[in-house]
Amino acid sequence: MSNYTSPHNLQLSSLERQFVLLTQSGLPIVAQPYQYVAEQLQITEADVLAMTTDLKERGIIRRIAAVPNHYKLGYRYNGMTVWDVEDEYVSEFGQAVGRLPFVSHCYLRPRHLPQWNYNLFAMVHGKTTQEVQQYRTQIKDLLINVLQVRNDDSDHGIKLMTNDILTSTEILKKTGLRLKR
Amino acid sequence: MKTTLTQLEQDIINQYQKGLPLCSTPYKAIAQALNSSEEEVLSAIQALDNAGILSRVGAVFNHKKAGSSTLAALAVPEAELDSIAEIVNQFDHVNHNYGREHGYNLWFVVTASDEQALIEVIAKIEQLTGYPVLVLPMEKSYHIDLAFNINFAESPRGCH
Repeated sequence: MSNYTSPHNLQLSSLERQFVLLTQSGLPIVAQPYQYVAEQLQITEADVLAMTTDLKERGIIRRIAAVPNHYKLGYRYNGMTVWDVEDEYVSEFGQAVGRLPFVSHCYLRPRHLPQWNYNLFAMVHGKTTQEVQQYRTQIKDLLINVLQVRNDDSDHGIKLMTNDILTSTEILKKTGLRLKR
Repeated sequence: MKTTLTQLEQDIINQYQKGLPLCSTPYKAIAQALNSSEEEVLSAIQALDNAGILSRVGAVFNHKKAGSSTLAALAVPEAELDSIAEIVNQFDHVNHNYGREHGYNLWFVVTASDEQALIEVIAKIEQLTGYPVLVLPMEKSYHIDLAFNINFAESPRGCH
């Protein structure tokens, strides 16, 4: 049995904060990693497991996982595909795009007309630029009937397309989100 | 240099990037699921970690619960891209910054303790760069997991 009790909100207790600081940059690769955490925090292993479950349930951590370095695995190219989807269909079709196995994130975001008319963002990853382009085509096939066709905004000299892909040219900064000490 | 991954290593990555079993001996549980031994699983994970193929075995945070955050973009002349990127990167609040091929060519994520702080950081970025920031907060997520299936069949041989 565990004595661990949750603070029931998004605030972290002092113990939880220590837990986060201890686990965010990695756990030692040992048979009983939670026992290691327990020793560091001077609580029981059962309490560590209960706290981990609770932090997951509260949505503060997504998971404790083997986090791969996608770049090292050959996924050198990412494409942010952006789509101007008719508002009444965006929820249904956004979920369909989110289910595609090569999509890592799929989000609804606000438009800023006239300079930004895309409301659906789907991030795809590939080992070649061709692979990324092919994923864009697959998403387009799915969305073809719900894309909004707009007249060009001639006042602003802006050509409004139904979709686009923004491929990464360089990573200028990438640090995982970390709780500050 | 590690060039090819064993079946066990591939299975570990694809199945456990989504989370380790939450129990006292997670590697023993993985070994049972993958028809292996705890020692083999531990040494496979250690090898993946040493090769940099795993960035870590650890906690993955939910950005949305860490305060207020947004995707943001700047459209800057190509010649100024590096100097503007440097200004943006100075902020601790910026944790991703990518150059992208588009009129909006600088894309970054800004995270702050709350919405007011976020607005202030964006105003500061606009002031220091001299360009208006396109602010695109997430309104809805249609896909909640950042893990995607790794296709090892087409892995290039030269993983460095």
